[in-house]
Amino acid sequence: MRRVVVTGIGLVTPIGVGADFVWKSLLSGANGAGTITAFDASDLPVRYACEVPWTTGRGGGGVDVAGSFDPETAMSARDRRRVDEFILYGVAAANEAIADSGWVAETEEQQERTGVMIGSGIGGLSTIADNALLLEKEGHRKISPFFVPSALINLTSGHVSIKHGFRGPNHSVVTACATGAHAIGDAARIIKYGDADVMIAGGCEAAVCKIGIAGFAAARALSNGFNDDPLSASRPYDTDRDGFVLGEGAGIVVLEEYEHAKARGAKIYAEVAGYGMSGDAYHITAPSEDGNGGFRAMRSALKDAGLNAADIGYVNAHGTSTPLGDEIELRAVERLFGADAEGLTMSSTKSAIGHLLGAAGSVEAIFSLLALRDQIAPPTLNLRNPSVETKIDLVPLEAKKVVAKAVLSNSFGFGGTNAALVLKAV
Amino acid sequence: MSDVFDRVKKIVIEHLDADADKVVENASFIDDLGADSLDTVELVMAFEEEFGVEIPDDAAEKIQTVGDAVKFISANAG
Repeated sequence: MRRVVVTGIGLVTPIGVGADFVWKSLLSGANGAGTITAFDASDLPVRYACEVPWTTGRGGGGVDVAGSFDPETAMSARDRRRVDEFILYGVAAANEAIADSGWVAETEEQQERTGVMIGSGIGGLSTIADNALLLEKEGHRKISPFFVPSALINLTSGHVSIKHGFRGPNHSVVTACATGAHAIGDAARIIKYGDADVMIAGGCEAAVCKIGIAGFAAARALSNGFNDDPLSASRPYDTDRDGFVLGEGAGIVVLEEYEHAKARGAKIYAEVAGYGMSGDAYHITAPSEDGNGGFRAMRSALKDAGLNAADIGYVNAHGTSTPLGDEIELRAVERLFGADAEGLTMSSTKSAIGHLLGAAGSVEAIFSLLALRDQIAPPTLNLRNPSVETKIDLVPLEAKKVVAKAVLSNSFGFGGTNAALVLKAV
Repeated sequence: MSDVFDRVKKIVIEHLDADADKVVENASFIDDLGADSLDTVELVMAFEEEFGVEIPDDAAEKIQTVGDAVKFISANAG
C-alpha cells in the first residue's frame, strides 16, 4: 500500500498568517476574537467574530502588525476582483504550503501527477448576497460575468491548478464543518489509489459577513452573550459557553506519496496514517446525542492507521463551544479510549481562532501535526470551569508538553457528517 | 484625443491591469491587452456605467478594440 505524508503546510487564520507565526502565537495563547470590523454589524444580535487580521487594518491587523494578511501578495488586484475572499484565503495558504514543500511540477508527467482538492463549507456567501441585492435593485444587466466563478466552491482548486500548472485530479469537498478533514482524507486516498503522487488539499472559508452571522445566529449555533467581551466568547467545555464564534481563513497541506517525498529529499511533517468517516443519520444541525457518529469515525481512523487508542498522544477536538456538542464529543472520546482516557491530552483550538467551518478541519490537522512534531499541545482558552468532570486533560489556558507518536483530529459537520484523521510520526 | 477615448482608456487600464502605452485605438482587448471573454463582458458593463449608454449584446460582440468602443459610445451616448 502506498503511504502518504505531509510535506508542506500553509495557514491563514484569525490569529495571523504563515504556519510558523500562527503556531507560535497559538502556543502563547493568542486569541483571534474581536468586534466585527469588516462590515457594520451594529444591527445584528452577534457583533463579534474571529476575523483574519489584514494589513489594511481590518480584523485588528495592520502594515506594522506582525502576521497580518497582505492581499497583494496572495493575488494580483485584477485576480482579486474575480474571486470571493474564501478563494483568496485558500490560494494564499496553498501558495505557502507549496513553497514550504519545495515541490515544483516541471515536467508534463509531474504536472499530471499533481492534483488539488480544496473545499469550502459555504463558498462565496457574501458574493452571492451582494449580487442578489444588486439584481433586485438594478436588474440582471448589472450582474458581473465573474459572479459565478467567484462564488463556486471548487474554484479554489481551479485557481491553484492554473497558477501552479497542476493537471492531475481537480476536485473539491463540501461537507460543512468537516470539509477540511474530508479533503485531506480523500486526497490522501487519491494518492494511495495511485491517481496522483502529490495533492494540494484542505479547506478555506470566508463567511464572516452579514448574512453569514445572521444565518448561524438564527440556527442558534452562534455564541451571542459576549458582545462586550468577545475574547471570552469561545470557551469549549466551559460552563459559561453559549455557542461557537464564527471564524475565517484557510489551512492547506501538500500531501505526497512517501517514496516520492523521500526520493526528492523533502521535509516530512507526518504521515496521514488513518482516515475515518461516518454519518449520524439523526438531525440536520444537532449531533446525535449518543455521539455514535463521531465515535465510529474515530474508531475507523484508528483501524485504518493500524493503531490502538493508547498510541494517540494528543486529540485536537472538534470542540466548537456549543452547549450540546462539546460534551457529546467528550463522551465519545472517553468511550473510544476506555481506560486510556485517563490523562489523555485533548484541546480545542477553536478557543483561539473560532470556528473556521470548512477550513476548520484542515487548519486543525495542521495544528495536530505541529503538536506531534514539537511534542506540545496547544491550550483550550477560557476553560475556567469545566461543565462536566472528565479524566481527560483538556489543556486549560496554557499549552503543555506531551509525549505523542500519533495524534487524532476530529471534525463534525451539519448534516451529521463526521471525519477523523490520524497523523503519525515518520 | 477625445474625452471619450481618455475615459475608455482609464476603464481598460483599471479592469485589465494593462500598460497605458498599449491602450491605443487599434488595440484588441483579447489579442493585445490580455482580456478573456469574461473580461470583455465586464468591460462593456463598465462602459455602460461610465457613459450611461445601453450596449445591446449584438453590438457588444462587435466591440473588439479600444477604437470600436470609442466609436460606439461616441455615436450612441446621449
